[in-house]
Amino acid sequence: MILDLIGYAAFFLTIALTYAIICLGLNVQWGQTGLFNVGVAAFVAIGAYVSALMTTPEAAGRFGGLGQPIAIGWIGGAVTAGLSSLLVGALTIKLRADYLAIATFGVAVVIHLCALNLEWLTGGPFGISFIPRPFASYAGEPLLFGLSNLALLSLVVLVLYLGLEQLLRSPWGRVLRAIREDEAAALALGKSSVRFRLQAFAIGGAIMGLAGAAQAHFIGFIAPDNYQPTLTFQVWAMLIVGGSGNNRGAILGAILVWGVWAISAGAIAAIFPPGEQASAASLQIVLIGLALCAILLWRPRGLLGEVKTVSRHLAELSPEGGRDHP
Amino acid sequence: MSPQVIVDGLVAGAMIGLGATGVTLTYSILRFANFAHGEFIAWGAYFALAVSGFLGALAPALTAPIGPFSFGWSLPIAALAAIALTAALALLVDALLFGSLRAKNSAIIIMVMASFGAALTLRNLLEFIFTSSPAYYAEGLQMALRFAGVRATPDALLCLVIAAIIVIALHAVIAHTAIGRAMRAVSENPQLAAIVGIDSRKIVRLVWILGAGLACLAGVMAGLIVQIRPTMGLDLLLPLFAAAILGGIGSAMGAMLGGLIIGLAESLTVALAGGEWRAAVAFVILVAILLLRPHGLFGRS
Repeated sequence: MILDLIGYAAFFLTIALTYAIICLGLNVQWGQTGLFNVGVAAFVAIGAYVSALMTTPEAAGRFGGLGQPIAIGWIGGAVTAGLSSLLVGALTIKLRADYLAIATFGVAVVIHLCALNLEWLTGGPFGISFIPRPFASYAGEPLLFGLSNLALLSLVVLVLYLGLEQLLRSPWGRVLRAIREDEAAALALGKSSVRFRLQAFAIGGAIMGLAGAAQAHFIGFIAPDNYQPTLTFQVWAMLIVGGSGNNRGAILGAILVWGVWAISAGAIAAIFPPGEQASAASLQIVLIGLALCAILLWRPRGLLGEVKTVSRHLAELSPEGGRDHP
Repeated sequence: MSPQVIVDGLVAGAMIGLGATGVTLTYSILRFANFAHGEFIAWGAYFALAVSGFLGALAPALTAPIGPFSFGWSLPIAALAAIALTAALALLVDALLFGSLRAKNSAIIIMVMASFGAALTLRNLLEFIFTSSPAYYAEGLQMALRFAGVRATPDALLCLVIAAIIVIALHAVIAHTAIGRAMRAVSENPQLAAIVGIDSRKIVRLVWILGAGLACLAGVMAGLIVQIRPTMGLDLLLPLFAAAILGGIGSAMGAMLGGLIIGLAESLTVALAGGEWRAAVAFVILVAILLLRPHGLFGRS
């Protein structure tokens, strides 16, 4: 019994950590740079599909099946998603801020459409199955399998977190914040806002792609319906709740919101009769949508707000020693 | 292009154009891309469905088809009521959400995000109330009229005519009346407009009413020609944005023209490549405009 519970907790946390990775990617784009990406699901899907195509064994009637190792698939997924975001960004970042939002929304529509209709590549509505899972040799022992995957994902999140914290505090990260806060001033200091924004957008996209790949390999199966606007919305809710601009906030938000989501989904399944579950599920999204608006209105900083001063040079000068202050 | 493709494209395009005029107006005055605009379309369609159903139950005579059309008098009456209800909904969302954010001088992108949250809330509320199965205003099938080898239903032709009348009227109001001048002034420079005594809050309210009213009409048309679904607004959102940007933000005529171009391109794509790629057309056009002429056909850079 207790082992089952640990197994379930490991499964739950592993999924939550894949969301945490997406959230970290979005935090580079939105939290650090102020780029509004409404197509998160598309970049996650690109990572998932590319990695799946690179690693699955050959299948009849579908391209791919390159049978590469999982690590190669993850890298391939991240790089492809990064390049796609670079393309989308190059198209729109010079224009007004909300054109990027509209364009990424379009990307999400088109990627979903491609996943659904390009059957020779993506398997169509049925998706791709038999994606190799990490530690598949432990599959006979569910607990060991779950814990190994959890350890792997924790390691990925930890490495990403440390790397992103380093980036955030680096001169590069400080330029991003400068551009977000006052573009004219950053330009006057000779920083090309377009180039920095583009870099941030591509890095964020690549991280989302990595998350998509990790998720696909953990579950072992992907289908177009996993990558609907609801996914984008969940990730946004996670980042806003956790505190955009704060990497720890991104991770915390992912675990919290995923927890609320999973528990409320479980409650709906238990409480409502099967016929009413679809409408109860939509009520679940209504409530979380309201919560998102409420947080934007009343606590835009989220649970863990952004740390205002990140430069260690400035931290020594400021009286609060660089702690965040509202 | 066969004549049938052109007629189908024009009918779909008129619907997109009508929604896009609402987008372009709200965009030029409120200065943010409102992702909840599509939901006003869907809510408008469902408001009309609910009211016409109520009227039909109250006075069954109202559901008897008018002339060649598929619907009875209950639908036009319900459409008017739905316009008022949708406008009220837009004003409510503005009062609760966007107004407070404006008062706090929130960044444009925060408004965009709030509209994203509002869109999800509104859409799923609709799904909760009406379920996700499609609905129709009239049960019966309508015979299409044939003219020179082209088929079109009387309903579709009526929608074309109404869309044309409304866009011309809207253009006249914006170009030639005092209120239209005030709207253009606020969209051009809100501070300067305030200095000459234009109440920008009044203009903002007016623009929500206009935008939501147009969205509601587009929704009723889409419901009449295609079907009513909770996701109908979401599916129209990308074509609406593409049409508004193609026409140039702020230009009602441009938005209608953009809508017609996208409608024609969609119907051509359906004829050539199949219906499953329809949703990609608006994106391709959007990318092309952003590359070639980001301020649109009639907009200023």
